Amino acid sequence: MNAPATRRARSSSTAVRRPGDILFNGASLGSAVLILLILAGVAFFLVMEAVPALTAPAEEISGGEGFFAYVWPLVFGTVVASVIAMLLGTPVAIGIALFVSHYAPRRLGNGIGFVIDLLAAVPSVVFGMWGMAVFAPRLGPLYEWLSQNLGWIPIFGDASATGRTLMTASIVLAVMILPIITSVSREVFLQTPRLHEEAALALGATKWEMIRTAVLPFGMPGVIGGTMLGLGRALGETMAVAIILAPGVFSWNFIGAGNATIPAEIALNFPEAAGLRLSELIAAGLVLFVITLAVNLFARWIVDRRAEFSGAN
Amino acid sequence: MSIQTQTPQTPQGDVQRSRLEDVEGVVLSRVRPTTGRPALLLALGALVLAVVLRLGLDMHVALALVLSFVGYLGAVYAVYRHLGGPRVAVDQVLRALVYFAFVCAIVPLASLLWTVVAQGAGRAFDPSFLNQTMNGVTGLHDQDYAEGVGPFVGGAYHAIVGTLIITGLATLISVPIGLFTAIYLVEYGGRNPLSRWIRFFVDVMTGIPSIVAGLFAFALFVQLFGPRDAKMGIAGAIALSVLMIPTVVRNSEEMLRIVPNELREASLALGVPQWRTIAKVVLPTAASGLASGITLAIARVIGETAPLLVAIGYARGLSLNAFEGPMNTLAVYAYYMFTKPLSPAVREPSLERAWAAALLLVLIVVALNLLARLIAKMFAPKTGR
Repeated sequence: MNAPATRRARSSSTAVRRPGDILFNGASLGSAVLILLILAGVAFFLVMEAVPALTAPAEEISGGEGFFAYVWPLVFGTVVASVIAMLLGTPVAIGIALFVSHYAPRRLGNGIGFVIDLLAAVPSVVFGMWGMAVFAPRLGPLYEWLSQNLGWIPIFGDASATGRTLMTASIVLAVMILPIITSVSREVFLQTPRLHEEAALALGATKWEMIRTAVLPFGMPGVIGGTMLGLGRALGETMAVAIILAPGVFSWNFIGAGNATIPAEIALNFPEAAGLRLSELIAAGLVLFVITLAVNLFARWIVDRRAEFSGAN
Repeated sequence: MSIQTQTPQTPQGDVQRSRLEDVEGVVLSRVRPTTGRPALLLALGALVLAVVLRLGLDMHVALALVLSFVGYLGAVYAVYRHLGGPRVAVDQVLRALVYFAFVCAIVPLASLLWTVVAQGAGRAFDPSFLNQTMNGVTGLHDQDYAEGVGPFVGGAYHAIVGTLIITGLATLISVPIGLFTAIYLVEYGGRNPLSRWIRFFVDVMTGIPSIVAGLFAFALFVQLFGPRDAKMGIAGAIALSVLMIPTVVRNSEEMLRIVPNELREASLALGVPQWRTIAKVVLPTAASGLASGITLAIARVIGETAPLLVAIGYARGLSLNAFEGPMNTLAVYAYYMFTKPLSPAVREPSLERAWAAALLLVLIVVALNLLARLIAKMFAPKTGR
């Protein structure tokens, strides 16, 4: 009577296998593997549809000089817009995060935190419409001024009167990535060990010195990770740029007509595209995918590397 | 030095006073160096300066604000340096910068919300806008409306229905996959190589640009149905799932991870099989967190435009069948109405429709976010004690 039970217990060291267990285990393992398959599928189908454009003779591609000549100005526009957005957005986002975590009263801080999270979910098409209808016209005169007084800097060339420029798109992108960087940074700033802060204050540090010596070093990996997330979103951001930017050819002048980004190029041309043009756009999408992938991997690498040095945890 | 301390007569008070002044941050002034009053006064001055620059010299608003803010920073530094030394001055300048960053962010965001409400409220709650589609509506109708000879026709009914169908399908696809993956990661996988790879690839997936997800769905359906019939609702739902799955996995994993191990151990110790432990103990404990995480994931994808633009095409009329032909959603509808007005000469009616759709979309997103909060709060597991 006893023997089978003990044998069974010995044969499986963890638990008794039941149909329910097998089903549950199978379903969860299956979904996990399915995710890998989906990702592989994304890469596979994009490559498949992109191959015609990559192998086509140079003169059949838009512009007539091959795929590389077609795509590099787009890559340039995408990267420049995102980097400007990141440079503008990050300091402000860190400021807001510090305001919420260390300057504002706790109750107010929580409220602001919720509003910021909410804004991260505002659809990008709404940001685009706002940027086009409200923001761009206001920037026109400013570009005029920049062009007249700082015209010797290459990026401030002839101004566009409508304000529908790469610079406007970048500023709107900066506003869009603010909530992401802010919420990640706020989260890590709030986790700073209370003892570190109090120790700094007890040694006579002013509030800023406390933040500089205790809060920022502790939160740096988180801030960098958040920034890279924001950069990734800015790189892939489509609708805002597609609506705001009046696309044009490559130009160093960021406050005048010209330049385009990969996602906007796809969104603007895809609905009417057919044949090789379709394949070209998908190939451009593949390039975008590779760029964002590289940025994300780089971000992970930085966060992991910094995490080892952070003595706090 | 010793001489100074040994001369006990009249100069002693002065010597001590000057030494104390060397110690930064020590309060000798009647005004505490950390008080906010000088900063407030200076801020008022800076505001006046900005107004003068704007109205008096007719400068651009942004320029006037930037100039007066720079002036304000300089003044704050000078005043606080005089009151409490350089460290206090730096502290105050940084405080000003942090507050300024906050204002910097609030202004555009408030302007955005105000614009959407002001432009959209006129039409968004109009029953005829909510009940009509764009079927058969042309630029001529808009011109008639603008001239006052025709009614306002055309609405977003088909787009609202399309949004619900496509987001619903995306939720149906992503929630089981995402939830079971999270269960695998927390309950079965632990730290084995497969789950490490899956975590890595879920991270990678989070970074997929939304338009690339749309291109993937389109490319997949081109392979299945050919380029002519590839655009359909389900393609959009699949594109959205690619964006939604990683969010669901991450949120759910976090929630399952905070279920205390004691609960699992207690259940297993009573002889309950593992699958029943997960289904009856772990999932109910985490239910509120899971539900709120899923709601947030829905809120994130419901406003996506780019992947749908690519994958579902653009329908003017009502289409309930997600497996055939183009559909429409609120976001795509707003985009088309905004950038490609029905009548290029009379843009107003189309813009009105676009802003109304945008307002509806924002309201849905806000409602979903509030709902997520409510779920998390109301159904949070009781912690005993």
